[in-house]
Amino acid sequence: MLLIDCPHCGPRAEPEFQYAGEAHIARPGDPAGLSDEAWATHLYYRSNIRGLHAERWRHIHGCGRYFNAVRDTVTDRFACTYPAGTARPDGAGVTGEPR
Amino acid sequence: MAGRFSALSLLRQATGGGQRLAPQWRDAAPADAYDVVIVGGGGHGLAAAYYLAKEHGLRRVAVLEKGWIGGGNTGRNTTIIRSNYLWDESAALYDHALKLWEGLSREINYNVMFSPRGVMMLAHTEHDIQVFKRHVHANRVNGVDNEWLTPRQAQAFCPPLNIAAGARYPVLGAALQRRGGTARHDAVAWGYARAASALGVDIVQNCAVTGIRRGPDGAVQGVETTRGFIAASKIGVSAAGATSTVMQMAGVRMPLESYPLQALISEPVKPVTPCVVMSNTVHAYISQSDKGELVIGSGTDQYVSYSQRGGLQAVTHAVEAVCDLFPTFSRLRMMRSWAGTVDVTPDRSPIIGKTPVPGLFVNAGWGTGGFKATPGSGHVFAWTIARDAPHPIAAPFSLDRFRTGRLIDEAAAAAVAH
Repeated sequence: MLLIDCPHCGPRAEPEFQYAGEAHIARPGDPAGLSDEAWATHLYYRSNIRGLHAERWRHIHGCGRYFNAVRDTVTDRFACTYPAGTARPDGAGVTGEPR
Repeated sequence: MAGRFSALSLLRQATGGGQRLAPQWRDAAPADAYDVVIVGGGGHGLAAAYYLAKEHGLRRVAVLEKGWIGGGNTGRNTTIIRSNYLWDESAALYDHALKLWEGLSREINYNVMFSPRGVMMLAHTEHDIQVFKRHVHANRVNGVDNEWLTPRQAQAFCPPLNIAAGARYPVLGAALQRRGGTARHDAVAWGYARAASALGVDIVQNCAVTGIRRGPDGAVQGVETTRGFIAASKIGVSAAGATSTVMQMAGVRMPLESYPLQALISEPVKPVTPCVVMSNTVHAYISQSDKGELVIGSGTDQYVSYSQRGGLQAVTHAVEAVCDLFPTFSRLRMMRSWAGTVDVTPDRSPIIGKTPVPGLFVNAGWGTGGFKATPGSGHVFAWTIARDAPHPIAAPFSLDRFRTGRLIDEAAAAAVAH
């Protein structure tokens, strides 16, 4: 079970949270102008990275707010958590590159 | 090298105190070049190598395994076999596999202990009843056996099942596929490895792929590994949870995410549950192994991970449901739990076929239910690699479906991972 440091409430046990997928995937600004490939990439393709992964969590049994986290998917250790809408603190690529 | 198994050979080995047992396959060192390299020595990869040699006459085939064969998801699953999927494409694929299961021990001359003891899926809500009845009808139209049972009929088929009306998860009925069941997962890996090896396939263990080399035309030239470069004009990636990582080596991104999936087993007891029971609504699967252990599977953990570990809350949830469905099991002690890394697609159907890179093929995305498909998966993947064109059964499961939108949405069909 993970111990997750909610930026608003502090460290809490994983069952208080809902995972919400990879972070920093922006909805296309011009949906009508998007090619099928671009739509597929947006909807379905994920970095699924083996290493530091930026992801969204929601503190459903706490403040109810979404926030972002960077976690190592090999060790499950969190590098950091940060508020939604802010840039990834470690400055890595938006969708991540393989380690 | 081991000879052919027969009643006589087994008797002879039984009297020799195991002294006459020979290795069942060659633990090969990699050659410099092959016609086809399969990345991943699980059941699917070994099966593909076997059918490449057996049905397509390819002899220069290698299976490269990072660890030991069958040490990944093949040795970590709950061994359930069934083919009662909703959509036509899925029913064709999984029933192709089930038909191969039925003759597999004879085909590869190795007892995979296939046991068609029946798979019973419980309905706990009105919605479950409607969904399962729809499955029963769709399956029968596709020639796949599946029948609806009342709670009493379900209990008659599986006596320890609690069908009391006041249960936390009341049993309102069940869908039963009698041809479904279980097989011995290790034996599937060993049997395919043995049969493939006998046909000349090199089974290379402790050989991790670290890169995929491509030529100026973009086509694959071979793989970089921890045991040196191995040339191959065709590469089949069958790496389950590690597929995204391997495919990235060729610059191909995949619509996959890898999650931990846990299972656990109880202490061994005398035969108590005669079939496989699945409760999709509460994410609990249970069957009894031939050694007597109750084998219990849970749902995936919620986050992407390669740790091969999960949270205790996931298995606790499964065990609580099992104890409610089978009150007599509540005093059993659990002996071991473990996790595998399952690669999940957005529509919960696998991806089998060609990729944008010439010579690179992929068989992935089997999610939480790949074991049941092992023979069929390997069979159609071998066909696809050998002919450089998708097998008709595999064709709908192309990578391209995420662009065209022709998803095979078993996620919506079952409302759960499977």
